[in-house]
Amino acid sequence: MSITGLEFQARAAAGPVPTIEGRSQWQLTWRRLRQDKVAVASGIVILVIVALAIAAPLFAKITGHGPTQIFQNTGISADGIPTGPGHTFWLGADEQGRDLFVRILYGARISLFVGVATTAIATIAGVTVGLAAGYFGGWIDALLARVIDAVLAFPYIVLALALAVVIGPSLPMVIGVISFFSWAGISRIVRGQTLSIKEKEYIEAARSIGAGPWRIMTVDILPNLLAPVLVLATLSIPAAIVFEATLSFLGLGVQPPTASWGNILAGAQNYYTVAWWYLVFPAVALFITTLAFNLLGDGIRDAMDPRTERLFGARREQRRLRGLRPLSEADIPALPGKTGA
Amino acid sequence: MTGTEATGPQPGGAIPAAAPPAAGNGAAADGDVLVQVHDLVKYFPVRGAGLISRTVGQVQAVDGVSLTLRRGQTLGLVGETGCGKSTLARCIAGLIPVTSGQVIFDGHDITRLSRRAMRPFRREIQMIFQDPYGSLNPRRRVGSIIGDPFAVHNIASGADRKKAVQEMMERVGLNPEHYNRFPAEFSGGQRQRIGLARALALRPKLIIADEPVSALDVSIQAQILNLLADLQHDFGLTYLFIAHDLEVVRHVSNQVTVMYLGRVAEQGPKDPVYDTPRHPYTAALLSAAPAADPDAAAARQRIILTGDVPSPINPPSGCRFHPRCPKTQDLCSQQDPPLETKPGDPPDHKTACHYPVQPHENLTTSNKSSSGGGAA
Repeated sequence: MSITGLEFQARAAAGPVPTIEGRSQWQLTWRRLRQDKVAVASGIVILVIVALAIAAPLFAKITGHGPTQIFQNTGISADGIPTGPGHTFWLGADEQGRDLFVRILYGARISLFVGVATTAIATIAGVTVGLAAGYFGGWIDALLARVIDAVLAFPYIVLALALAVVIGPSLPMVIGVISFFSWAGISRIVRGQTLSIKEKEYIEAARSIGAGPWRIMTVDILPNLLAPVLVLATLSIPAAIVFEATLSFLGLGVQPPTASWGNILAGAQNYYTVAWWYLVFPAVALFITTLAFNLLGDGIRDAMDPRTERLFGARREQRRLRGLRPLSEADIPALPGKTGA
Repeated sequence: MTGTEATGPQPGGAIPAAAPPAAGNGAAADGDVLVQVHDLVKYFPVRGAGLISRTVGQVQAVDGVSLTLRRGQTLGLVGETGCGKSTLARCIAGLIPVTSGQVIFDGHDITRLSRRAMRPFRREIQMIFQDPYGSLNPRRRVGSIIGDPFAVHNIASGADRKKAVQEMMERVGLNPEHYNRFPAEFSGGQRQRIGLARALALRPKLIIADEPVSALDVSIQAQILNLLADLQHDFGLTYLFIAHDLEVVRHVSNQVTVMYLGRVAEQGPKDPVYDTPRHPYTAALLSAAPAADPDAAAARQRIILTGDVPSPINPPSGCRFHPRCPKTQDLCSQQDPPLETKPGDPPDHKTACHYPVQPHENLTTSNKSSSGGGAA
C-alpha cells in the first residue's frame, strides 16, 4: 500500500493518480445485478406494470371507460355475449359490459398495493421478532420460536374464512391476514442469521466498547441481515399478490364491483367458454407479475452472494424459501384450473 | 516496523497527560497496581438435552485464579488451548459474569456491576481480539468501526470524530485516507491495526490482548508487537497479554502467569520463570518451544508429556497436572498444591507444586518417550 517516491513520481507524470475508492457491498451487488439479463428484464417488466397501474385513471380517460362503468350497448351483444378485444374494448369486456383492460389496470393497483403493504408489515414484524428472539435467546427465544411455529402451522384459508365471516371481507382485512401469515417465515430466517452473527467476535468487540443491546442489534447485526431480508421481501411480494388473488377469487378478499385480479378471475369462470379473453388476460397479468418479482428476487440473491450456485444450489434454496410461504407461483396454474371445477 | 516509525512524530495533544509508564520502579506500592484479581472462578453449566434443561455438570474453565497487573507493565498469560486463558480475559473485561471471586480495577470492585454501572469502566478496559477477520464488522466502514467507541460514549461527533479517528489511524500506522474503506480491503496485519485503533480510541488504561498476533504470519507479528510496545510507552498502557507462543510472551512481558486447566501453575517475573521454571508443566512447555539456535536445540532435553489435557468438566483430583506429570507421586493426586514461593525463589515467583523442579534436574528420564501428546 505504500508508494515509493519513484513510483509516485512515475504515476504523477502519467497523469492524476486514480483514487482508489472502497466499494460497498451494495455497489458490488448493484454491478452484478446489472449484468444479470433476466433480473434486469424482470425489473423493467415490474417498472412497466407499476407505471401502468399508476396510469390506470389515464387509460380510463383515454378509453372513456371507468373501472366499474357498465356499457350495456357496446359491451354486450344482443344475446348477452361480452364484446371481444378490439379498438373499443382493447382487451374485451366482461359479462356486465365493463372494460376488462381498465379493470385489470385497477386490479394491478390493488395487487401491487397489497403486495408492497403486506411485505412492509411482514418484514418489519419479522425482522423485529427474529432479531429479538435470536439476540436475547433464553425464554424470549423459546416463546417467540413457538409463536413462529404456531403461525407457520396455521391453516391460513380457515382463518381468512373465519375472519371474513366475523368482520366482513375488506381490503384491510386482506392485508391483515396476509401480513399475519408472512412475517413468521421471515422471522425464522432472521432468527437463524442473528444466532450465527451474535457469536462473531465483532459483536463481542462492540460489547467490550460498552454498546448496549439496542445499538448492537441495530448497528452491528441489522446491516448484516439486510441481504437475506431484501431477498425474502422481494420474494414475498409475489406470494402476497397470489394470496390476495386467491382470497378475492374465493370471495373473501376485495369485493366486486371493485376490480381485483382474483375477483375478475372468479367472474370469468362462468364465461370463459364464450369469452376466452375474460380468463386469459387477468391470468396472464397475474402470471407475468409474480414471475417478474420471483426472477428479480432470484437475481438479487445471486448478486448478493456470488458464491451461490447458479443452477442447482440456487434453485434448491429457492424451493426451500418458497416452502416457508403460504403460497407460491406454483399455485398460479391452479387458479384458472379451479374455474373448470 | 517501518510503517509505524514513519508516523513517529505526534501532535502533542494526542498524547494524554497520563504519567509516563511506571516500568523501572518495580516496588509494589499499592498505587502501582491497576488490576487485582482475587480467586476468580468461572464455571459454565453443562445442560442436558430436553425441553427443560437441567444442569448436569460444570466446565471449570477458571478455578481460583489470582493475578496482579501493575501500571504500565505487561502480564503474559500462557497455557495450552482450553486452559481458561480467554475465559479469564473475558471475566476481567466484564464480558461474562463470574461465578465467584473479585476483580478490582483501579481501586473499584467491578466484578458484579450492572451494565450501566460498568459503562465508565468500559472506557478504561479494552480488548484486542485474536481473529483480525472476525473482529471487524464486514458491513461497516473502517472509520465507523474505529469511531464506534466515540459514538457509544457520546464523545466526539461529526468532524471532530472523524479527525480523532484519522489521528488514531495514523498513530497505528494506517493511512487516514482509507477512512471510508471496508475491512475486506485490508490485510490481516492492517486489520489488527484497525482493531488496535478501535481499542485505543478512548485512551483506556488496560488493554486485554487475547492472542493478538497468533493469527498473523511471523513478519507481521513482529510489526504488531513493536507497535504494541510503542503504544504502551506513549500512552502508559497496561497489557494483559494472552498467547500460547512462549517466545512472544517472553518478548513482551514483565510478569508471566502459566495456566493449566483453569488454575495457575506458576507465576512470577519473566526471567526467573523462564530461566528456572519450578513447575514441571512450565519446564515441559519451555522444553517444547522451538529454539532458533540448532546447537542449543540439540543440546536441550525435551520433556515429552504423555496423554491429553483432561476434561475441565471432570478435572483430576489433587494437582490437576498429576496424570501427565513426570514427577508425580501419591501426594499429588490427593492434595491440591498451594500457590506459594518456593525456597530460593524471589518472593513474587510462586509455584503450585508439591515437588518443584530443582535447577538442572533432568525430567526426561522418568518418562516413556512416546511421540504422542507433546505440549504446546
